[in-house]
Formats: sequence, C-alpha cells, structure tokens
Amino acid sequence: MTKHTLSVLVEDKPGVLARIAGLFSRRGFNIDSLAVGPTEHPEISRMTIVVNVESLPLEQVTKQLNKLVEVIKIVELDPEHSVTRELVLLKVGATAETRGQVLDTVQLFRAKVIDVGTDAVTVQITGNAGKIADFLRVLEPFGIREIVQSGMVGISRGSRSISERSLKPVAVPAPPAAHVG
Amino acid sequence: MSEITGAQSLVTSLEAAGAKNVFGIPGGAILPAYDPLMDSTKVRHILVRHEQGAGHAAQGYAAATGEVGVCMATSGPGATNLVTPIADAHMDSVPMVAVTGQVGASMIGTDAFQEADIRGITMPITKHNFLVTDPDEIPTKIAEAFHLARTGRPGPVLVDIAKSALQSMTTFRWPTELGLPGYRPVTKPHAKQMREAARMIGDARRPVLYVGGGVIRARASRELRVLAELTGMPVVTTLMARGAFPDSHPQHLGMPGMHGTVAAVAALQKSDLIISLGARFDDRVTGNLDAFAPHAQVIHADIDPAEIGKNRHADVPIVGDAREVISDLVVALQAAAENGQTGDYEQWVGFLAGIKRKYALGWEQPPAGLLSPQSVIQRLGQISGPETVFTSGVGQHQMWAAQFIGYENPNTWINSGGLGTMGFSVPAAMGAKVGRPDATVWSIDGDGCFQMTNQELATCAIENIPIKVAIINNENLGMVRQWQTLFYGERYSNTDLQKHGGPVRIPDFPKLAEAYGCVGLSCDRPEDVDSTIEKAMEINDVPVVVDFRVHKDAMVWPMVAAGASNDDIKYARDLAPEFDEDAI
Repeated sequence: MTKHTLSVLVEDKPGVLARIAGLFSRRGFNIDSLAVGPTEHPEISRMTIVVNVESLPLEQVTKQLNKLVEVIKIVELDPEHSVTRELVLLKVGATAETRGQVLDTVQLFRAKVIDVGTDAVTVQITGNAGKIADFLRVLEPFGIREIVQSGMVGISRGSRSISERSLKPVAVPAPPAAHVG
Repeated sequence: MSEITGAQSLVTSLEAAGAKNVFGIPGGAILPAYDPLMDSTKVRHILVRHEQGAGHAAQGYAAATGEVGVCMATSGPGATNLVTPIADAHMDSVPMVAVTGQVGASMIGTDAFQEADIRGITMPITKHNFLVTDPDEIPTKIAEAFHLARTGRPGPVLVDIAKSALQSMTTFRWPTELGLPGYRPVTKPHAKQMREAARMIGDARRPVLYVGGGVIRARASRELRVLAELTGMPVVTTLMARGAFPDSHPQHLGMPGMHGTVAAVAALQKSDLIISLGARFDDRVTGNLDAFAPHAQVIHADIDPAEIGKNRHADVPIVGDAREVISDLVVALQAAAENGQTGDYEQWVGFLAGIKRKYALGWEQPPAGLLSPQSVIQRLGQISGPETVFTSGVGQHQMWAAQFIGYENPNTWINSGGLGTMGFSVPAAMGAKVGRPDATVWSIDGDGCFQMTNQELATCAIENIPIKVAIINNENLGMVRQWQTLFYGERYSNTDLQKHGGPVRIPDFPKLAEAYGCVGLSCDRPEDVDSTIEKAMEINDVPVVVDFRVHKDAMVWPMVAAGASNDDIKYARDLAPEFDEDAI
C-alpha cells in the first residue's frame, strides 16, 4: 500500500462531503486524512484527501470520484512537486524544571507557544507529516496531554492553479424525439 | 412574470422537460403538487397501488421507449418505497427521474411525521440527487435531473422537494444553461484508440463482440449489425443486451454467462480478442474472474470511464457513446480494409458454429402430462412474435425467457439484470405498455415474483393498460430451489410456496386476476398451451393473467456454478461439453 494525495475541487453544496465519504466507504477505499475548505472561487471547495491504496485501485478511486456530479476536478499531488502541510495543536507538560527544554524544542522546530498554563504549554506546529511525527517524538518524554490535528492540505509548486478553466455551464438540450422501437 | 406556486412550477417544469406520463401516489408532503397536476393536459398521472410499482413502471416505460421514466411519491414511506426501483435503475442504467415530497423546510431534521432523509438514503443508488427548499430552484433542478438521467451513462435522479417550497409563491423560468460544472460526459471516442482497435481486430484470429446493455441504451443496434457483418465476427449479447442483435442472425451465439449458451461462453473463454461494447464484465458473465478468457486481449468501450478496467484489464480503453464508438470503429475498419488489412476468422467461426450446433439450448422433457416451463415460454415467444415487448421478474423464468424467446429488436426485453429484483415484471410491463400502447406486452413472471407486486393489476385494469401476464407457476421459489437441489443436498428450506394435500391453491391466480378486473386463464396440460396463449392474445381490452402450472423440477441449463470458472460450464446436470481445441 502506498499513500496518494488527491486534490479534489468540488461544488460548495450541502451534502457533497457525505457523497465523498459515502463513496469511499462503499467502495472499500481507506481515507488516511481529509481536509476541506474554501478556495479562491466562492462556489468551489477544495478537498485534500490522502488515500492508502495500490495504484490500480487508485485509478478506480479517481474514476468513481469523477462520476460524482459535484466533483469538478481531481489532481494527484506529486510529492516531488508539491508542498503539504498539517496543523497540530497540543498541550505538553512543562514544569519549572522542564519548561526550558520544552521551549527549546518548540523553537528548534519553529513551532509556537500559543497558551501557557501553570504546568503545561499549548503549542502550535505546522509542517509535513514527517516533521510533525519527529516533533511529537521529541516532546513525548515531557508528557503530551492532548493533541488535535488537522487533515493534510497540499498545493503544487509553481505558478499554475488547478482551478483554472473549471467552471463551464452546460447548455440545456431539447428533449429527444419519441423513440420508435 | 406572474406568480405561481412552487407546485405549479413543478408541473410546468415536468411538462417542459418532456414528461408525458408520471407514475405515482399522492400523500401529505407531495399533496400540493397533485393539485395543479390534475389540470395538466400534457402530463398523464397514473395512480399506482404501491410506490415500488411506480418506480418499476417508470423503468419499464424508460426501457421500452428510451425516454426518461418519471415516478412520484410523498415523503417518508412513499419515498423509501421507491428505494428498490431506484437501486434497480442505477444498476441497469435506466433513465429515470423520481420526484418526492419532503416535509416543510423548517421541519427538516426534526423527525417530523413522515420524514425520511431520502436524499441521504439514495446517495449511493442514484446518479445524482437534489433537495430543493427554494421554490425558485424547482425548474433548474428538474431540468438538471432530466439532463443527468438521460445523458452520459443513464441513471436515476431523485429530486426531493420540501412541501414549503411547493406551497410558496415563485415565478417559472426554464433555464437556458445548467450549472453542472463537474458533469461533462465524453461521447466521442478518441480517434487514436479507434485505429488501434481496428488494428487489433485485423490481427486477431479469435475475436468476439461482447455486447452489453449500453448498446441498447445508446440505440446502436443498427450500427452494431453493420460492424458485425462487415467483419464476420461472432456476437454474444448479455442479459441486458438481448435484442440488441437479432437472435436469428447466423453470427449470433446467444447470451454468455452463468446461464448462457455453451457457444457464447466458449466464444468469450477461448477468444484472443474481446471487443466489449457497453458491457461491464459482470461476475454473472465472467464467472471466476481470474480464469476468465485467459488468452484474450480486451478492447473495452463504455461511456462510463469507471467501468473500464474495473474488473478486467483493458488493453485498449475507449470512452464514448456506444453508437459513436461503433460508427467510428466501422470507419476505422473500412480504412484498414482498403489497405488490405482484414481479419481471417474462418476457422474460429467454424469452431463456434460446431459448438452452437452440438450444444444448442434445450431442456429435459418433463414427466408425461406435465407442462415444461421452457416450452411454455418458447411458445409465448413464437406465437406473439418478435414485435412483442417482454418483461420478466427474477429467477428461473427470467433465464428461460432470456434463453428461449427469439429477440429480433432492441427494447423488447426488459428485466432486472444487475439488482435482480423479484417483482419487477408486472409493474415494468405496465410502464412498457403505457410507453408503447400499440405493442403487445407480455409480463413473464414467476409465482414467487408475481406475489410481490401483483397489486398493480388493479392499476392496469382501471387505467386501461391491457398487459398480459404469464405466471410460470411451479409453486416454488424455483431458482433458489434449483440451488438447493444442486448445492444444498436437496434440502428445500423455505422455497415451497404451497400448502399441499388439499385441492386449494393459495392464491388461486385466475380468481385473483378476476378480482382485479382482469381475465384469468389457467393451463396445466401441454396440449392446451397454444390455444391458451392464442386466447390471451385475442383479449386486448383488459389485462389477462394466465396461470401456467408447470412442473417444479425443471432446471435452468447450461450453468456455470457461482464463482466457478467458465471452463467448468455444464450443459446439463453433471454433463460438461467437450471442446476439440485443435479445431480452433
């Protein structure tokens, strides 16, 4: 199994997330991570979906996704030519003795302290999956009390946008003439 | 522009979309729509007895005419009763629009009376669905629903409309453009793929045209015949494609699959090139997929890209409408022929002709005096002729109707192929007869299936829809019983539909038919089959139901057991055909 990151442009309509989640579950595809948010077009949302499948089922995943009427475009993000980020907020123990070490670690990973308690600090970190895993490993000994993590979002490198030329209305065809069997 | 209610807008939208017949039942949430519907001169509403009947009737109508079938129901149970036909239409790519009422917008999500999230329920079984709460959106959503249902790979679309939207005031404006940015079906095949396909067909020695229901939906029968006769390639037609190519044609080997002919199964299994046209390599056709057609390359043409390579690798994938694909392929093959590239299939065609002769479809004669179901069905086909539209339920009678009726025309064989819905036949026949009032429509049904939806006989009798029903009555759930015979040591658990030892049959089908205002006939002697069918053929003012009391031990052969390789086909119990491989 390998991980693939799909960027999916969808119409921002009620139920579209349910359609996509339902499709993955009924076709037996596993979602590792899912992030949804608005784009530069108010009527389009963008989903970043990380799936864990072989390349052949991946083709089925994208074809089945494409069949959903509200899915406008699907692009697989090539890890070599894209940037991916996740956001983590966490509370880690920080006593008088350990606070210095925790703050050093935070600085080393270019994370940020966003709240301070008497015996713990709340930290925000963004990065790719590898960086975040390393950060969590280093903080582990200090006692991680709570983690909340976003789905991964990704974007391709370079100046082109995937949402170009994606909205085109369909002309209404006349009803067909009666069929003669 | 004058203000009208959402309900009036809905009826005007249905008229604008070209709906001529709507099958349905009113109820609370959809009630506002039924008031203006009463005044429509363009839309005939046919009041059915159960929403499942409305859905299957819409399917039968669509399958017989090629137009979009329409059904209507109220919220909650009305809508959930449509779930089976919607799922059926989804599996068999039937163009259908289902309109359902929903509770008022402010009540949605409160577990209101007769509330069901039908949009959520039908998400996996519709091509698309809508929930409309704004009355201004009604025309656009109806236009989009019809467009989605009939274009690309056809399928069911559900439009759920809140009662509050039907009751509010709005203006009617039919859209000139549809906002479906993500829906762009490809119909025109790629020229390069067509040349490659033509080259492979020229190089092949054992090619076969594997024809599926897509050819019927695309109205491509005429083009298919040109392609077949141009090349001389053998043709097999799947359960969904019966009638796409004339059964009387010498190149036609019949139906492949679990109960296909030996010749059609062999043609796929031994081929070196399968040209799949609007078919989807269903498990009932391929048997064990790993052992299916091991030496064949595959040209797979389908309007739905997701079907290509789903079950079997495609060497040449072609996305396009079957009619355009076949037309373009004919042009590419003609071009290749002008360059002297034509296939030589003589030995292959001869080999298959030998198998077709040696293992022709047949049946074991029943004990003396008992009716053979196969012969009843064969005589029905012969007496009523190739212009007749046949529908069927699911089970043994369905397979025999697919095997022993000679289909010469598309849209004359209507059945539930993918979902396998028992009870499909009678309401589908009703819909087909509404769509094709001048055609004779025979519903071939089993006694098990018939009891699931026979209430629509009342609709047929009252609405002047004179269908004919042949109940192939073996007093059993016949196909399940056949499996119990073959695979469960003849232990007949819950397949016997009768109480034996008394003179009474429950129900008495001819009496039931008469109770419904139909003519009821029965036949239990072989010598009466023809005269009974002829009598039924003469009654054209009311529906007719014929109870053919057939012998219960008849089995459907040939058969490839579920999950077995097609190589292990049996043409009768424990009898495997022998192929002279050297002859290929």
